[in-house]
Amino acid sequence: MTTINENRPAQGLRADDRRDEEVHDSTKPLGGIAGWVDDRVGAAKGVSFLLKKVFPDHWSFMLGEIAMYSMIVCLLTGAFLTFWFVPSQTLVPYDGSYIPLQGIMVSDAYRSTLDISFDIRGGLLIRQIHHWGALIFIVSVFAHMARVFFTGAFRKPREINWVFGTILSMLACIEGFAGYSLPDDLLSGTGIRAMNGFVQSVPVIGSYMSYFIFGGAFPGEAIVPRLYSVHILLIPAILIGLFTAHILLVFVHKHTQYPGPGRTNNNVVGYPLMPVYIAKAGGFFFMVFGVITLISALFTINPIWAYGPYDPSPVTAGSQPDWYMGFADGALRLLPGWLEFVSWGDFTWSMNIFPGSILLLPIMWGIIGAYPFVESWVTGDKREHHLLDRPRNAPTRTAIGVAGITMYLVLFFAAGNDLIAIKLHLSINDITMALRTLFFVGPPIAFWITKRICLSLQRADRQKVLHGRETGTIWRYPDGRFEEIHAPLTPNERWPLVQHEVPEPLQISAQKDENGVDSPIARKERLRAKLSHFYFVDRVGPVTPSELEAAHHAHDEPHAALPAGEHEALESTGAGAERESIKADKRLD
Amino acid sequence: MNALAARRRHPAAIAVLLLLGLLVTGGAYSFFAPKDANAASTVSADAVQDGKNLFLANCASCHGVNAEGTKSGPSLVGVGAASVDFQVSTGRMPLAGPNVQAPVNKVKFDETQIAALAAFVASLGAGPAVPEEKWTTVIQPGTPENNRAIATGGEIFRVNCAMCHNFAGAGGALTRGKYAPALDEATPRQIYEAMVTGPQSMPVFNDRNISPEGKQQVISYLAAQRDQTNVGGFSLGNLGPVSEGLFAWVFGLGILIAGAVWLGKKAA
Repeated sequence: MTTINENRPAQGLRADDRRDEEVHDSTKPLGGIAGWVDDRVGAAKGVSFLLKKVFPDHWSFMLGEIAMYSMIVCLLTGAFLTFWFVPSQTLVPYDGSYIPLQGIMVSDAYRSTLDISFDIRGGLLIRQIHHWGALIFIVSVFAHMARVFFTGAFRKPREINWVFGTILSMLACIEGFAGYSLPDDLLSGTGIRAMNGFVQSVPVIGSYMSYFIFGGAFPGEAIVPRLYSVHILLIPAILIGLFTAHILLVFVHKHTQYPGPGRTNNNVVGYPLMPVYIAKAGGFFFMVFGVITLISALFTINPIWAYGPYDPSPVTAGSQPDWYMGFADGALRLLPGWLEFVSWGDFTWSMNIFPGSILLLPIMWGIIGAYPFVESWVTGDKREHHLLDRPRNAPTRTAIGVAGITMYLVLFFAAGNDLIAIKLHLSINDITMALRTLFFVGPPIAFWITKRICLSLQRADRQKVLHGRETGTIWRYPDGRFEEIHAPLTPNERWPLVQHEVPEPLQISAQKDENGVDSPIARKERLRAKLSHFYFVDRVGPVTPSELEAAHHAHDEPHAALPAGEHEALESTGAGAERESIKADKRLD
Repeated sequence: MNALAARRRHPAAIAVLLLLGLLVTGGAYSFFAPKDANAASTVSADAVQDGKNLFLANCASCHGVNAEGTKSGPSLVGVGAASVDFQVSTGRMPLAGPNVQAPVNKVKFDETQIAALAAFVASLGAGPAVPEEKWTTVIQPGTPENNRAIATGGEIFRVNCAMCHNFAGAGGALTRGKYAPALDEATPRQIYEAMVTGPQSMPVFNDRNISPEGKQQVISYLAAQRDQTNVGGFSLGNLGPVSEGLFAWVFGLGILIAGAVWLGKKAA
């Protein structure tokens, strides 16, 4: 019942007006607790931005999630451990329940870790979860890094995030080392002893740095409390800060996706965070936590009670750092002793230690962090990329990655040379010599093999697109000839095999100007052209629509006929049409 | 005193003094010298003869007919019964073939034969004897003194043995294919004998380095460590971080990737 006459002419005049009321209705204010919070902090907009984010489905996108969750597991268990751990090197007699150490003088740090392991309910499980979680954290960080590298996910606009990730991976290793050293057991003490040696091997300032770090001569009583502050305060704060930035940038850039029908550089095909990925990712957190807990419940890690307390005089066979520091230990084991020399009177240059222990770390992480910039300079590719490369479609990058991993693995296995020797009944000297050789010979071989495999896989893709999938069905013709039936690919199957672009090597632009004067950037350009040649000289292009057409006409068998709609699908791939050769973008006009 | 002073110029005085000096030095030496060179004198002549026959049949081709040593094997004169007992009771001797190091092998002789061989070799020259049973008895944990003795054994072990045999006695690598073997199969007597005879690359820990009590404590520590419940779960070979890292990569990451694949395939 209303008093307004709806049929008034004036009302009719405004019939086409925008109905503001309805617009307001569609964005109704939040109710309940969410509305109460939003009225006060205004978070709804940001939260809705996050919750609406779409994520594509692929197992390899979850490697980073494993890292994130195992880091959270470490934070939770680490907080528990701080309740009982005493970061002190004061000597106290051990009087806990582990019989083979009773009555021995040990540091308070070691005693409290033994108490966590033997006398505090659930302590050993939490300690093992913390350590296994840390190992799996760094394992997944490296696996995630490899995924991002091999799929080219570091390309514009994600270079900064790659650099963040690089720093995160380095910090994760340092964080791990600091934590590993805290219990002050024989093995970790040997690690700190080695670290002291590394620091001292720094030319000129080494011995001062060592005194600075240890607060006097090794071992002193300062290193465990200092590492404790670093382990529970400094590095975790940086890790969490950087990690937050890392995740926020993923939201800002949107997630990359593997190529597929309907997936372009301008969209993300997947499911929104709310409700699908909240459930999936949340569930995955519990899976990760569960698996780490299961491993921790079943397998001993770092049995410090068996190692015994640290004392600078003994050392045990099989002294190795945790795996993520293994490559540096391996580099040390491979470096020959004759690299040490003395000059300028009494300055010792410990080049038998310094490059493997100290120099290697910034070099390795520096190269990793710089790679996206080097690649984009070499390829001249300044476009944004949201579609991932299949590793085979970037043969040179994939081969560089595998060569790098080979080099890393050689160093990694060198750290376990003594265990390889006793387990395989080999001579440790021979293993060391073989690994030294492999350090130089292995990466080029790995590069070459990987590149050939990538190119072969690309050719196989071409064959598959042109002639279809082998069905294993042999067809016998009336004239006695046999042929295997090839099933043509559906457009959906074909898409990932033909969508990529194959850049050609950059052409050198004019090296001299019109007056015959050498361009100031000519040398740089020549280097760039050479590197570009190195990247793209061997290439296998995807099948173009016309090639496919020709292939189908060549097959006169009836079963090879194209299904309807095939041609349109191919036209719409767009990859062939939009492909352009990249030219050197620095011109001299 | 005067009488002594009056005769100090006697022609015999110098000889007497010399004799006295020699007696004191020699006596002091025999008193302070390591006592481990006690030949097995209680063994019957029959056992020595049996041992000799066994030696000629099984060992003489490398060690020589009179155990004087050849190019292929060292002289056994003075190695003592402990050495023979260790080498033969662990199956290291007789050696199957030339190698960088004699590996643990199937034991070829029974107790009596080993004792006879040991008696024969001990009869060639004094050397460390097979240890008395009281030093090879494992100290059982329970009382505070016993626990303390075991812990002291652990300290001795870490300072003297762990650098080659690993913290848990799991063994370690030496140069050029040689190795310190794992200690989990060795009997207390064999561990004691290895310490006093220093087989292969191992140094000798005589009673001056580590007293018999100390050796017994080391043996007891190893036994206690072996008998300890593995509180943390499976030990992954007690090889330290290498096996842990391998495990994290293969099983930790493997299981989690399997989970990720399963989750990635799961319909939304």
